[in-house]
Amino acid sequence: MAGLELLSDQGYRLDGRKPSELRKVQARMGIFTRADGSAYIEQGNTKALAVVYGPHEVRGSRSKTLHDRAVINCQYSMATFSTAERKRRPHGDRKSSEMSLHLKQTFEAAILTQLYPRSQIDIYVKILQSDGGNYSACVNAATLAVIDAGIPIRDYVCACSAGFVEDTPLVDLCHAEETGSGTAVALALLPRGGQIALLQMDARLHQDHLDPVMEAAMTACRSLGQVLDGVVRQHLQEVSILTGE
Amino acid sequence: MATVQICEAEKVYIMHGVRDDLRIDGRACDDYRHMEVETDVVSNTDGSARVKMGDTDILVGIKAEMGRPRPLIPDEGYLEFFVDCSANATPEFEGRGGEELGSEISSTLYKMFQNRSSLDLRALCIVPREHCWVLYVDVLLLQCDGNLLDATSIAVKAALFSTRIPKVHVSEDDEGGKELEISDDPYDCMRLQVEDVPCIVTLSKIGHRHVVDATLQEAACSMASLIIAVTHKGNVTCVRKVGGGSLDPESIFEMTETGKRVGKALHAPLMKLLQEEEVLGKRRQKVGFLG
Repeated sequence: MAGLELLSDQGYRLDGRKPSELRKVQARMGIFTRADGSAYIEQGNTKALAVVYGPHEVRGSRSKTLHDRAVINCQYSMATFSTAERKRRPHGDRKSSEMSLHLKQTFEAAILTQLYPRSQIDIYVKILQSDGGNYSACVNAATLAVIDAGIPIRDYVCACSAGFVEDTPLVDLCHAEETGSGTAVALALLPRGGQIALLQMDARLHQDHLDPVMEAAMTACRSLGQVLDGVVRQHLQEVSILTGE
Repeated sequence: MATVQICEAEKVYIMHGVRDDLRIDGRACDDYRHMEVETDVVSNTDGSARVKMGDTDILVGIKAEMGRPRPLIPDEGYLEFFVDCSANATPEFEGRGGEELGSEISSTLYKMFQNRSSLDLRALCIVPREHCWVLYVDVLLLQCDGNLLDATSIAVKAALFSTRIPKVHVSEDDEGGKELEISDDPYDCMRLQVEDVPCIVTLSKIGHRHVVDATLQEAACSMASLIIAVTHKGNVTCVRKVGGGSLDPESIFEMTETGKRVGKALHAPLMKLLQEEEVLGKRRQKVGFLG
């Protein structure tokens, strides 16, 4: 992009990060008492809330029921004030439906759905403030919420975005980088087995560059996994102190 | 609608408690639950606030955009309300499920501000007939545990208090055309006078008495409620009866009196809290959702 230098000659990004550096991640589990599981995450200026209800009986039409596993139902929405320009509708547009579908696919790969036949698990995510990497923030928040709900999961699902600027892969893109760099890869990883739950790339990228970008994103996902693990452990510690165990 | 189903025995228990002025969570009939208010929680809005009242959790974001004044009132800006009942609050709100409740709340908010004394909208006018500020007040329900209207109105008032609208300098060129220049200095901004913004008090009739700030369980015992918007001086700007049951005129009178008294008492601590937050400014420890 003309006028906006995404990577300086010294190798620093717009917000002063190095190419492989993540934004500050802060998260908390169990913020809502009414839901079965809930979590909140901040990745830099991107803020997301995730709430999990279930496993419960399938709501609505019974034809959705699966006899060998649970149905995962996701809804992605953005607060109308979350973006710089006000959004008219929080959900229901094409982008949100696509995001909902991606989330569903990601969590179908991670949750042990065969343990809950004929039931349904609802995952609702909401972006409160958007500054790039919405998908990854949602996945990370939803992972924590699923864990908070006590639903068995194969591994933490960690997601991170990556881009490619001046022959250097950048991870955890902010909004300016996401719109300016052209390429953005979203990757969700189950770090323990190194399994990729979702991979998505919208713009074009030379095949030779795909490997380093994916490698960078996977490394970032692994570090995010450690952060999420820390959050879960801290939460459990706090809860066990409260319950006096 | 966000409701719970409770059995007959529970209803009787709650109604007997209300009769003796002792509710299930230990409050008296005209007590509010513990409330937490925080402003400036979403940094890409012009003003925002989060209110927690028991388990009811509401986030309000305000964005100012430039628009054209309404032809009938050319020298005023206006407010646009939107209530998003997100599926986070309850799975019933998934898809279009929350729209009905959302439009009900937003229409009450429109009514509440539909008078000159609530908020001076003339301050939002930039050039009469041509440009004005439109404040998009977006309410997000994060968790519902009864009494959504009261919590929403408090959150709206707090968010309006924290709203900073950039100043606009109007200059005229030779041919009479106007040029607008929006100040890019974050401190060169305009604040709204929110002193007179009313707060809603919802009174639910339970048995022969009425309670304020009903929880979901209590709301399930109540057949009808009265919504009263009260300013800090005790002026009533809006009264509405909601719910399936009916009320006799005498109890409406009683409820209005309680509503006025409780509503008046609600404003002073709220304004004090908002002003304390204001004084702390940047030194304030932001809690948000991480606290």
